[in-house]
Amino acid sequence: MAVTRLGPSTYQFENIRILAAAAVGGPKEGEGPLGAYFDSIWPSELKDHASFEVAERHLLLEAQDLAVKKAAVPWESIDMVMSGDLLDQLASTNFAGREHQRPLVGLFAACAVFTEALGLGAMAIASGGPRNVLAAAASHHMAAERQFRFPIELGYQRTPTAAWTATAAGACLVSGSDAVAGEGGVSVESVTFGRVVDWGSKDPNDMGTAMAPAAYDTICRHFEDTGRSIEDYDQIYTGDLGVFGVRLLSALAQKDGKHWDERLDDCGRALYAIDKQDVHNGGSGAGCSASVFSGFIYNRLVKKDLQRVLLVATGALFSPTTYQQGESIPSIAHAVSVRRL
Amino acid sequence: MASQAKQGSQKMQEYQDMASQMRPRKPLLKNALWAFFVGGLISEVGQGVEWFFMQHGLSAKEATPPMTVVMIGLGALLTGLGWYDRVVKHGGMGGSLPITGFANSMVAPAMEFRTEGLVLGVGAKLFTVAGPVLAYGLAAAFVVGLLRLLITGGA
Repeated sequence: MAVTRLGPSTYQFENIRILAAAAVGGPKEGEGPLGAYFDSIWPSELKDHASFEVAERHLLLEAQDLAVKKAAVPWESIDMVMSGDLLDQLASTNFAGREHQRPLVGLFAACAVFTEALGLGAMAIASGGPRNVLAAAASHHMAAERQFRFPIELGYQRTPTAAWTATAAGACLVSGSDAVAGEGGVSVESVTFGRVVDWGSKDPNDMGTAMAPAAYDTICRHFEDTGRSIEDYDQIYTGDLGVFGVRLLSALAQKDGKHWDERLDDCGRALYAIDKQDVHNGGSGAGCSASVFSGFIYNRLVKKDLQRVLLVATGALFSPTTYQQGESIPSIAHAVSVRRL
Repeated sequence: MASQAKQGSQKMQEYQDMASQMRPRKPLLKNALWAFFVGGLISEVGQGVEWFFMQHGLSAKEATPPMTVVMIGLGALLTGLGWYDRVVKHGGMGGSLPITGFANSMVAPAMEFRTEGLVLGVGAKLFTVAGPVLAYGLAAAFVVGLLRLLITGGA
């Protein structure tokens, strides 16, 4: 275990593994093309819980618990839980912590929080701190609608660029214990922390446009710091740029003479059947990248369908208040490089 | 510390121009047609209800209030059943503008904030959507009323 600073924003690790990953999703996510990759699919958005907020909390807890169980380690061996969500005061993360009773580091980076947790967790372990860190994130469609948009039953028309907040949670158990050293498994190679990028987008119904420049900035700096290019990755997955955001990211690269099209995909675009499931631009939310990575991408790495993936979770850092006060939407993207050993 | 706004306002503008060129368009004609027919259908139903009351002995003027009550009840019922949001999803303003849409904008927050209790939930949040419409609607009514008084005199 060691951590090396590769550049102004990138850190590389040795011997940091993902011991297990788990993803939990709502009914709509279960019906999507990645449904089979989820460990658990809820029969309804509420699943008998009293409110959508309570439901989101249990979605997160279930993913965390499944990841710990799949790794076959006791909860007591988790030295730190790093987790985030979208609700005010990180309600889901903190109330889940009331249940699991492990040291908790609550993080906020909007929908970019999963890679922030994964990268920070790996860094903490590699620095010789905790041995096992549980990195997780969750979002709930209905709870997010309530907080950021309108009441559920209020009728209104979504624009073609509007995103659909995913009801989903994902959790990865990251470890540096010597017991897992050696061949096999999936390693967390490096993290590039993003900076806040704001190119003047103001429409909260078009977060792809707001976040694409942040993703571009982080990916470029990741390549700069590591001396790599897109050919070194089987696939780059952005978090929730959606159909339109990925096109914009591709266009930004094209402008600089880089051809990213083939190796670029997006968790939000992959999560749903865009044409059939009426999700417009695709999925979004903290649980989107968390669940698509912990379910779909991690499984493909384990099966050796993929060797190396760059996961670039993207977050729009606005609040309903800043939007109403006429501010533009600042965005951030954190990238984590993951590799099959 | 170099604020990025100063660094690249031209780059930002170019990007926003590119984005607005590439952005998928709203299906305006389709939306307008849906709004016309959904709004029209709701209005036809309202007219039918009004005729019903007129058949039962009310004058055209007297039949309007009970018709309004029935339509609001219908909008509230459809909202409670979870159907009215689908009406507006397709119908747009054709679903929002009629009085059934007003019912929807009252009942939806009432249902939503039930979990926060009857006082601070339902009571406080009931007008989150309809509030601005009511406030400015009443203000406009006062202005129009005043103008009418000034132009046409009392009576």
